[in-house]
Amino acid sequence: MEYNLTQEQALFRDTTRDFLEKETPLAVVRELAAGPVGFDREWWRRGAELGWTSMLVAAARGGDSISGNGIVDMAIVAEEMGRLVSPGPLVPVNVVAMALSEASNAEAHAEVIEQLMAGTAVASWAVYEPDRGWDPGSIALTATRDGGDYVLTGTKDRVDSGDQADYLLVTARLPASGAAAGELAQFLVPATAAGVRVTRDESLDLVRRFATVRFDGARVPAASLVGAPGEGETTAAVARQLQAAVALQCAELAGAAGRVFEFTVQWAFDRYSFGRPLASYQALKHRFADMRLWLEASQATAGAAARAVAAGGPTQAAELTSVAKAYIAERATDLVQDCVQLHGGIGVTWEHDIHLYLRRVTVDRALWGTPAEHRLLLSDILDV
Amino acid sequence: MSDTEDVESFRLRAREWIAANLPRLPEPGNAPDGENRGHVDDAAWLRARELQRLLYDGGFAGICYPREYGGQGLTPAHQKAFTEETAGYEMPLLLNVPTFSICGPVLLELGTEEQKREHLPRVLSGEEVLVQFLSEPRGGSDLAGLTTRAVRDGDVFIVSGAKIWSSGAYAADYATCLVRTDWEAPKHRGLTMLLMKVHQPGVTIRRIKQLDGNEEFCEEFLDDVEVPVANVIGEVNGGWAVASRQLFHERNAVGGGSPYVSGGARAGSARRAAPVSALTELVRRTGQASDPRARELVAESHLLSRVQEQLIDRVVAGMQAQQLPPTAGAVIRLFSGVSSVRRAEISLELAGAGAVTAPAGAGDPAIGVQFLMRQASCLGGGSTEMARNIISERILGMPREFAGDRDIPFSQVRQGR
Repeated sequence: MEYNLTQEQALFRDTTRDFLEKETPLAVVRELAAGPVGFDREWWRRGAELGWTSMLVAAARGGDSISGNGIVDMAIVAEEMGRLVSPGPLVPVNVVAMALSEASNAEAHAEVIEQLMAGTAVASWAVYEPDRGWDPGSIALTATRDGGDYVLTGTKDRVDSGDQADYLLVTARLPASGAAAGELAQFLVPATAAGVRVTRDESLDLVRRFATVRFDGARVPAASLVGAPGEGETTAAVARQLQAAVALQCAELAGAAGRVFEFTVQWAFDRYSFGRPLASYQALKHRFADMRLWLEASQATAGAAARAVAAGGPTQAAELTSVAKAYIAERATDLVQDCVQLHGGIGVTWEHDIHLYLRRVTVDRALWGTPAEHRLLLSDILDV
Repeated sequence: MSDTEDVESFRLRAREWIAANLPRLPEPGNAPDGENRGHVDDAAWLRARELQRLLYDGGFAGICYPREYGGQGLTPAHQKAFTEETAGYEMPLLLNVPTFSICGPVLLELGTEEQKREHLPRVLSGEEVLVQFLSEPRGGSDLAGLTTRAVRDGDVFIVSGAKIWSSGAYAADYATCLVRTDWEAPKHRGLTMLLMKVHQPGVTIRRIKQLDGNEEFCEEFLDDVEVPVANVIGEVNGGWAVASRQLFHERNAVGGGSPYVSGGARAGSARRAAPVSALTELVRRTGQASDPRARELVAESHLLSRVQEQLIDRVVAGMQAQQLPPTAGAVIRLFSGVSSVRRAEISLELAGAGAVTAPAGAGDPAIGVQFLMRQASCLGGGSTEMARNIISERILGMPREFAGDRDIPFSQVRQGR
């Protein structure tokens, strides 16, 4: 994290770390992996009490923060969760809570915002569609006006914690004729609504579960709209939601890679070969130096991205989140793989903890825009 | 210290002065890069000195140097603001490295009061240009193993040996010259740093031609050169501490983190590779602007320069907060080298055949040449291999390399061919 955390932020980090170490150490993560749910709801509710769910919520809707910059503070939590490959819907809940609270009709969603902040409800953002990468322009799930309702038809996948979500923020497209023709619109949909079918997917991560959600003519009242379609509110909201997700994800990546680096350095000091520790071999020292560089640069760029999202300028937030994701995601997977190599054969066993981290960074790399997708987004911003 | 002018009012004052006094550059945004000097001639050095005099008289020389030695006594934030305001104007970039950012700070931190008062104001006014006499033909990375000897004779040292890779020595007035004064001490403990007048009997300077035609680097042959004892910087036989501090400044200067570099709003290692606007122009010109691969490469080049800026800010903050050791400059240095290599590769990839052959005035020959010289970014200012040693040993605490010359009299150390 930053070298200049405030005292309050440092305390927040320590409290978070203590809680995670006590409640969901790696042994518990492995147990959850074998179980039916990726995270315990009561654990999540206690996390909400610690502040995990209210910092991206607009102040006018009851949000608060440690430092005045909610996303920077949440990045601290995300990093700690990376360090312990924690379970839980940190990114989806925070992104949805933020989206609801910043929408032009936030008042309509006050109750759900309260529940999300209390940790009694879980929400996730349903935006990806099958066989497509990050491409909001190609969203095909339709929302058709019918009287006082909208009817949703289509499929969303890669819904983070979708199997435990009580609410889904669904990004849909309005029909090609009519009001705000062909524009994006977002809806808050209860997972139990008729016509909504949630199917749990397989996942490389042991506890981060994803779901595919089918909407077969699911009917939702017009009051489910999040913001007003047309005039760019939804397009801007989708971009901002992505930026928030990426900023938190980058912090998680830095945390996971950082922890792997730490225990691998320790391994290099402890493990002897030919009468001297691995850490005394220059070829390996140089690789550790490279990894240390990547970590330092990753922290630098993740921090800058979080600050840019907090500061609110959309172009800078877009640029710096894409810079951060494109850089960190590739370095993090390279780093963890290098550390697998440095461990020798035990690095590819189930028993060793490193694969928990490799799974997390690999999943993070692929979601909320791959490095290549972010480079392309960046090229658009640079007006190439 | 009296109240320091706040950065924004300094910026506005500088902006006014710059507009009224500094010459505009002929082409927009075409600041010559202080590192990539190309063919620099005597006229360029004269111009640099004149511009520096202008800055000195205007009260904008040595922004972070103390006032009592001719500087402005301000902060890195002020210097950064001034540099930003000079974009599009001609600045004496030749003087940044090593004069202002390496040799000057060494004098400032370790020189005697007399040395500082005699030299620093002249340095800041452009009258005195400084150069480094450190590396020797027998070795650059193993700096402390140098063999240029200095023998005390009354109130002078008599110096004989050879130095190499001194950038701009032919145009310099004084050199910070590291010599061996005690051959029976172990290697680090027999060194002395001298401030040597460059153009004097016994100093023969030969320019070295690089593969890109650049002739800024020099080799110096020292034959019984006299240096007054009063020109010792630091202690006799205590030169390694001075050299270490000089290398710290060099790492900062090379990596882009020095507060003493002025101007070159696009210069410095962070932007030495083709800036994104030039790459954008290239891909449009070559019909690649809608090719996703080309777009990705342009974006990657840009993101590396962004990350470098962010890394520099972070490492500087970490060192200031004392959460990183001073040797953390090696982190900046390593990133600079590795990212420069990648960016040269990206530029070459995008330029295609136009980088290797084209009619005169067409194509992108500069990109081809930059690619040829690409390793220089991993060599100058300390190799990236040495940076990795520093990071692994001084930051990660890993065991140091075996050395064949530790703690034995230097006269007994094995030398190669």
